[in-house]
Amino acid sequence: MSTRAIVTSPKKGRRRPELDRSDSQGLPASRKRSLILTIAMALFVTYSLLPLVWMLINSTKTQENLIGSFGLWFSGDFAFFDNIVETVTYNDGIFLRWMGNTLLYVVVGAGGATLLATLAGYGLAKYNFPGKKAVFAVILGAVAVPGTALAVPTFLMFSELGLTNTIWAIIIPSLILPFGLYLIWVYASESVPTELLEAARVDGASEWRTFWTVSIRLLTPGIVTVALFAIVATWNNYFLPLIMLNDPNLYPLTIGLQQWNLQGTGVGADPIVNLVITGSLLTIVPIVAAFLLLQRYWQSGLSAGSVKQ
Amino acid sequence: MAPFLVVFTLVFLAPLAYALYLSLFRNRLIGGNQFVGFENYLQAFGDAQFWDGALRVGGFLIVQVPIMLLLAMIAALAIDSGRLHGSSFFRIGIFLPYAVPAVVAVLMWGFMYSDRLGLAGNLNRFVGFPLAQPLSQEWILVAIGNIVTWSFVGYNMLIFYSALKTIPGELYEAAALDGAGQFRIVWSIKVPALRGSLVIATIFSIIGSFQLFNEPNILRTVVPTLIPTSYTPNMYAYNLSFVGQQVNYAATIAIIMGLITAIIAYVVQLRGNRKEMS
Repeated sequence: MSTRAIVTSPKKGRRRPELDRSDSQGLPASRKRSLILTIAMALFVTYSLLPLVWMLINSTKTQENLIGSFGLWFSGDFAFFDNIVETVTYNDGIFLRWMGNTLLYVVVGAGGATLLATLAGYGLAKYNFPGKKAVFAVILGAVAVPGTALAVPTFLMFSELGLTNTIWAIIIPSLILPFGLYLIWVYASESVPTELLEAARVDGASEWRTFWTVSIRLLTPGIVTVALFAIVATWNNYFLPLIMLNDPNLYPLTIGLQQWNLQGTGVGADPIVNLVITGSLLTIVPIVAAFLLLQRYWQSGLSAGSVKQ
Repeated sequence: MAPFLVVFTLVFLAPLAYALYLSLFRNRLIGGNQFVGFENYLQAFGDAQFWDGALRVGGFLIVQVPIMLLLAMIAALAIDSGRLHGSSFFRIGIFLPYAVPAVVAVLMWGFMYSDRLGLAGNLNRFVGFPLAQPLSQEWILVAIGNIVTWSFVGYNMLIFYSALKTIPGELYEAAALDGAGQFRIVWSIKVPALRGSLVIATIFSIIGSFQLFNEPNILRTVVPTLIPTSYTPNMYAYNLSFVGQQVNYAATIAIIMGLITAIIAYVVQLRGNRKEMS
């Protein structure tokens, strides 16, 4: 039963019938739960969670205890809180600085990306203008262009403009999410009835007002989905900051962790493996929490996205 | 619409045009920046290091993508079957790795792979001989494939799962009336319904494989001798421009890889759509 609870949008009454098909599916009484299938899937989920469990367990060990102890059980002193304190205070609290940078990139970059994708996707779905088809074709083509293929020329261009090694080098490229625009376009076509917009127009509401009062509510699951994917993309971004930044004070968490890891290799190595592990844990906690808390939104948003393929 | 297009032009179209422009020039010791036509492209076609990397990601793709998509499809069908205890836990659990940054994923798997402090080491000490050596010449590509599969299998599962959710309930009722069994329903209704999302998932996976960079580049810091700087075309382009200062040639490599990716993605889409119609 729980499967059905999640795909149901909180704003169920407003959604169009096609999207609620999933609800009518139900479980026929004849279908029994299968223990064998459950065990097979339990193995699968064990694989998926194994590195996370490993990380959690090993974040409780001191660096000396990490080596040689069994990876999937606790060993030695319970150093979890010491590790956290050391992580956030190491090198004058550079970790917190990285976390702040990541938050800034996520709020401005992913927030902006969501806003732009929503406005543009909605515009494409609900208004006609000359050249619409061409615009759409170019954007869909962009979904297929390998992002990293663009990274090197983007870097060269930004360095001519003097933007490299500034926060804008991370934020500006994060603003574009062609996949997000596609998702909003599909979602708006499906869930915002054109008749409703016409009714609002007849009542004398401006387009802008109609969008903010009527459409945006209907679009919420789609917007949350795009926002989450934009957040993941920015929070987890590695390649872009790697090439754009060389000032440690501007690093996001991903680059910072990699730097800490590098510290343990080569000449004059000063390994801080326990901090790398605890730092990794602190890095994924916010993003995992966001996914878990907002799951009912993004799961219904995703199902809508798959309707039109 | 307008603001999106402005930024879109700045971060997509302009770099693309700039890359094309760069690829037609070459910086010479004598004479500076010169127009050389397709000389860079000719060089790339004869560049063993480039083809080595391109073949490596090609082989990687042929093995890793089908395994990952098959696993994702099985998981989606299992969760959709309604025959699991606690299916929402499985859905979230399998999807969760998608939210983990590549850096964290590679660091954690890298630690687990390691002989000194990881599970591979635990296992080897337990059996008394080096049974598992994921960080060796023979296994390193498999080790990378495992990290990529781990990260994206849940994402693909969700795509398939949402496609399954859009199958109208009447179809199941009709099938049940006709006396179709579970496996018949899976084979004749569910699998065909996945075709569209399979095309999308395949295209995204191909694009991802050709761009392979994060995993080998981060793992390289653990085992620098096993992974050369030209391991994948993307790493090659990165090292050419940031270590070797050969930006024109790096842009050429990026464009060739983009073209190859676009062509393959296009072919997959054509084939997928044709199947859907027949």
